[in-house]
Amino acid sequence: MRMTQHAEPAVKTPPAPGPKGSDGRTAERPLMVRVLARPEVGVFLGAVAVYVFFLIAAPPVRDGSSMANILYQSSTLGIVTIPVALLMIGGEFDLSAGVGVITSALTASMISYQLTMNVWVGVIAALVVSLGIGFFNGWMVVRTGLPSFLVTLGTFLILQGVNLAVTKMVTGNVATDDISNMDGFDQARKVFASSFDIGGVQVKITVFWWLLFAAIASWVLLRTKYGNWTFAVGGNKESARAVGVPVAFTKISLFMLVGFGAWFVGMHQLFSFNTVQSGEGVGIELIYISGAVIGGCLLTGGYGSAIGPVFGAFMFGMVQQGIVYAGWNPDWFKAFLGVMLLGAVLINLWVQRAMTRR
Amino acid sequence: MDRSSHPRSRRLVPVVAVAAAAALTLAGCSSSSGGKKSEEGGGNASAGKATTPRMTVALVTHQAPGDTFWDIVRKGAQAAADKDNIKLIYSADPNAGTQSNLVQNAIDQKVDGIAVTLAKPDALKGVIGKAKSANIPVVGLNSGLSDWKKLGLMEFFGQDETVAGEALGNKLNALGSKKALCVIQEQGNVGLTQRCDGVEKTFSGKLERAYVNGTDAPSVKSTITAKLKQDSAIDHVVALGAPIALIAVQSVGDAGSKAKVATFDLNKELTGAISKGTIEFAVDQQPYLQGYLAVDSLWLYKNNGNYSGGGEQPVLTGPAFVDKSNVDVVAKFAAKGTR
Repeated sequence: MRMTQHAEPAVKTPPAPGPKGSDGRTAERPLMVRVLARPEVGVFLGAVAVYVFFLIAAPPVRDGSSMANILYQSSTLGIVTIPVALLMIGGEFDLSAGVGVITSALTASMISYQLTMNVWVGVIAALVVSLGIGFFNGWMVVRTGLPSFLVTLGTFLILQGVNLAVTKMVTGNVATDDISNMDGFDQARKVFASSFDIGGVQVKITVFWWLLFAAIASWVLLRTKYGNWTFAVGGNKESARAVGVPVAFTKISLFMLVGFGAWFVGMHQLFSFNTVQSGEGVGIELIYISGAVIGGCLLTGGYGSAIGPVFGAFMFGMVQQGIVYAGWNPDWFKAFLGVMLLGAVLINLWVQRAMTRR
Repeated sequence: MDRSSHPRSRRLVPVVAVAAAAALTLAGCSSSSGGKKSEEGGGNASAGKATTPRMTVALVTHQAPGDTFWDIVRKGAQAAADKDNIKLIYSADPNAGTQSNLVQNAIDQKVDGIAVTLAKPDALKGVIGKAKSANIPVVGLNSGLSDWKKLGLMEFFGQDETVAGEALGNKLNALGSKKALCVIQEQGNVGLTQRCDGVEKTFSGKLERAYVNGTDAPSVKSTITAKLKQDSAIDHVVALGAPIALIAVQSVGDAGSKAKVATFDLNKELTGAISKGTIEFAVDQQPYLQGYLAVDSLWLYKNNGNYSGGGEQPVLTGPAFVDKSNVDVVAKFAAKGTR
């Protein structure tokens, strides 16, 4: 049953460091180059370019409340994009995050409603379910050694079916019942779906949560042992294991972090819209993954940051809403979105190439 | 299984256990308002039961999973099946190729009748021909009003989407609207486009269109908000489905717009919103009726040789308007998920 273990030597010698130390290149590279070589810089410039573009092309974007709206859209993507990016740095992939958001919202709604409980009971049950899904994904990947693409594709399909079938079985309909008049709803709404007035502009709370999570994730990634483990398991699992990194723990917990992100956005959706349709969420997983990739995370793992995906999600929200603010012919909407994203990714790629070149 | 190589994964178990325990502790907190306990009981429409021999009918639609509208169609079909002593086989797929395979599947099962939606008529042409040569009567419902006769279906039950749109356009005129926004939640869906086209035909003001991603509620919300900010002259938002309409209400608030929201199709939350006045009116095509009539018609044909509309005219199930004046009657049924 030990499919993950091949007949490789236990300790794999890392590739020889090369003659770096001896030819005078030990001197620190100039600050400019070091900054530009960071994974998030390309996407940052891409995001600035897109932002400036729409500032010129779409006058309503200059308004503060429009920016709040763009940030709101970005935050609902971004809260999941951050853990998805961490997972990707850890060398794995999660296709189930999009429907996972809906599973979480459905769980919270149905448990509170059907058992007539305070909605916080549902919220916590949903957290347990979401972390459980993450645990399952991670555990399957670690135990079987199957590619996470396959494992989470399986979970994606299972959740899609379960979302629909269980909702129908429990409520008799394919959407959940309205829970907005239940105990604890207003409190939960304050936490997950309220807004703040900042200089006359209503900013959604998800924006603050998004930035807070990004800051925490960035700190963890750059300053803690866990962050090192994440890079290590994504870079080379076998050598990471050889130097004592708890590979299974790191991978499983990364999947559980994605579960946490999905739970959070699920709760936002539930307390923002009161009911949940069981068929939603399909296709969003790809946007999360795009956000992470645009944000400078490599699909192959071992490289990336937690700040890059923030700009990645922002870029997505900016383009998506910017097209509407610009009042362009909506028939072309998806095509515009694709072109702008490709353009942004190319800028990103170009900056990285230019800066990491010797 | 060699567990010793994964010692750290065990540390997760207590975490999950603690979370579960916390949930159980909280189980003491029940809600004093809302919830299942306050829900009214109510049975489904039932009108006795036919003693005719058991027959089998297949209903094959282009429903996307988890869509509230189609759930109501299916409930109507099931109610007719229960009453007529019919075994109902329901299957659905939004992909036209798969839908046509599902019809083939029904033919292979030698059912006594097939009810099918024609969202993409050309893709179903071949398989409907096969059903006819197998002497299985086929009726259409919901979409395909302009194609059902060409394809040789026996009867059709549905709403003319263009006519429904035109009715909505007239209503907007009566309400004095100058500029309206038609929100399409599925790019490329023919029926949804026809609705907007219909509105445009009769509406004397200007109609703008916006596409939103129907599977992502936050994105629907911010896109409608963005459109309302971009064009402050919009005084009506026309949604093409009940869940979208409910989200649009929030967008109107976020954008600080004075626009009113009107919609096609109903669900139980929507009837509440109409009574509260947050949604102005809905155009109802009565999906329950579509499912019910389609199945019932196959029973009538088999047992009495009838066909509604004489095989020449479609049977229209809409457009029916639901607004503050009649919402109370409808709300009762919507609460059960049948209207």
